[in-house]
Amino acid sequence: MTPKTLYDKIWDSHCVKSNKNGFDLLYIDRHYIHEVTSPQAFEGLRIAKRRLWRTNSNFAVPDHNIPTKNRHKGITDPVSKIQVETLEENCENFNVKKFSMNDPSQGIVHIIGPEQGLTLPGMTIVCGDSHTSTHGAFGTLAFGIGTSEVEHVLATQCLIQKRSKTMLININGQLSNGITAKDLILFIIGKIGTAGGTGYSIEFGGSVIRSLSMEGRMTVCNMTIEAGARAGLIGVDDKTIHYLQNKNYAPSKNKFEEAVKYWKTLNSDSNASFDKIIDINGEDVSSMVTWGTSPEMVTNINGEIPLGAEKSYSSALKYMDLAPGTKIRNIKLDKIFIGSCTNSRIEDLRSAAEVVKNKKISTSIKLAMVVPGSGPIKRQAEEEGLDKIFLEAGFEWRDPGCSMCLAMNADRLNPGERCASTSNRNFEGRQGQGGRTHLVSPAMAAAAAVAGHFTDIESI
Amino acid sequence: MEKYRKFKGIVAPLDKNNIDTDAIIPKQYLKSISREGFGVNLFDEWRYLDMGEPGQDHSIRRINKNFILNKKPHNRASVLLTGENFGCGSSREHAAWAIKDFGIKAIIAKSFADIFYNNCFKNGILPIELGEKDINTLFNDCLEKENYELTIDLTNQVVNDNFYNEIKFEINPYQKESLIKGLDEIGQTLENIDIIKNFEDNYKNKFPWLFN
Ligand code: SF4
Repeated sequence: MTPKTLYDKIWDSHCVKSNKNGFDLLYIDRHYIHEVTSPQAFEGLRIAKRRLWRTNSNFAVPDHNIPTKNRHKGITDPVSKIQVETLEENCENFNVKKFSMNDPSQGIVHIIGPEQGLTLPGMTIVCGDSHTSTHGAFGTLAFGIGTSEVEHVLATQCLIQKRSKTMLININGQLSNGITAKDLILFIIGKIGTAGGTGYSIEFGGSVIRSLSMEGRMTVCNMTIEAGARAGLIGVDDKTIHYLQNKNYAPSKNKFEEAVKYWKTLNSDSNASFDKIIDINGEDVSSMVTWGTSPEMVTNINGEIPLGAEKSYSSALKYMDLAPGTKIRNIKLDKIFIGSCTNSRIEDLRSAAEVVKNKKISTSIKLAMVVPGSGPIKRQAEEEGLDKIFLEAGFEWRDPGCSMCLAMNADRLNPGERCASTSNRNFEGRQGQGGRTHLVSPAMAAAAAVAGHFTDIESI
Repeated sequence: MEKYRKFKGIVAPLDKNNIDTDAIIPKQYLKSISREGFGVNLFDEWRYLDMGEPGQDHSIRRINKNFILNKKPHNRASVLLTGENFGCGSSREHAAWAIKDFGIKAIIAKSFADIFYNNCFKNGILPIELGEKDINTLFNDCLEKENYELTIDLTNQVVNDNFYNEIKFEINPYQKESLIKGLDEIGQTLENIDIIKNFEDNYKNKFPWLFN
């Protein structure tokens, strides 16, 4: 048999019909739904009088619009409120399982999928959200789709898709002490650029990936879209299987064992061929900080805004109010955001808490907030006492949601404010109009909160 | 969906790489539950000097007179000319809805982000990828000539200024057909009901744990 990549294995097992024009009909196992990209899709179904093809493959959660504070008071923004209520109504009318705003399991869609055991190896997973790539950490083919495709999946359980090219990024050696999955993916984006993965799905492999926890792997796959690739994938190993044991929706006992047999085949064959291979040395990765308005504008904590950047990056530097030659560690911050589907899992919160333990945030910081990715993460952090560490340091401890990752709710930057953020996009206006975002790891965000500017994490 | 026809239109040059979907349509407008009305907020943070909120009266907003789509004749543009990696970032189809609602029917770029590229076809927008040389020629002509227009001919896969330039472009035949015929993709897929059901039955036997 010809050796296959993991991507091809999953594609082939889901191909309902192969068309000569290169577009296959692909079967979709799991469909996640949130309030922002779904209302028009349900409306489309209603107009065309179509039903859901397989109701229980769909799971919905409101996350983008919801308040992270005083949630019991409900949503004050009337427009946000309508959108969240519309999701509730659509789920009720179409009988879709939902985790409502006050459900103890509610959280960011890409956090709760794996946490509930809804994301399982070998699946095809889609959601009207580009960070669906996150789920690829479990050996799934997971990618973001537009609202028309959301409607397509709801009605047919299928999508018309073209196979992508395949890229393998091997990260061997090991990461230095204190260097995280976030630093690794920012390093990779800095290397291949935000369009480097366009047209590809990217599989991550090598000893560094094997040594990462599932949380870290999710962080890497999450930001694959920032490298231009719709899907990121990581092969299944014991960590994957261990993570899924006893999860709410994961297969129970006998079925689990049967599943594991199959899941273990979900790795690229050793001599499978990829369209492109990139090798990275784990030792080369250091603590990363973005300085511009695209995730590829990134350097490490010892770096500076590149000299000569004014030519190619003039609008980015103007927006960020930074001059070439500025040292990263001299950049002062106004706000700190620890959260988002990239970095709001328990491991992220632990690593930030470790930095701020028995410390206070700098008096120059106007607001520092921690927004856990889900209800269960929030409760676990509280059991471990992390909330107290953050609160004592001067952080706010909020309820789960997307929050200031994209500022659709009340959490946002004011014009001109500068933020160290553990999220995934530093686009103009992403965290609030005129706001300036620097993407970093949770530990770096925590260190910046204490120092008031970027600094060596160990110096805190 | 409407059938895609040959047309001639004003070209608006937007010489920038990596224009992301947050720039195309900022997040506050994503709270709408409709597919329509996004055109006035296309590139909102560049087109207006004040902060926009959904539902506000746009006639009283402060306009950025220097932004290309606010200048005549580009305020009537139906072709957008731009750089690399257009439409990167979020999957929001609102970006395509805003572009369409503004009146833009074709986007010519050096490259597109994958999800946005797909979203164009679902909304009767033609994304055209051209090489650096052709893009540069078009940018130059666009800046030099007032009222620079292009004819976009999808059937023959040509963009033409009826003067200097006639440029061929590539497009996947399936996507081309779906635009030209204005196909309802869901309807098409549902013509395969039996094939999908059959697939699903076999699949269930093979992977029973997926059907809890
Ligand atoms: S946390 Fe941010 S990136 Fe993730 S789903 Fe929410 S808005 Fe999107």
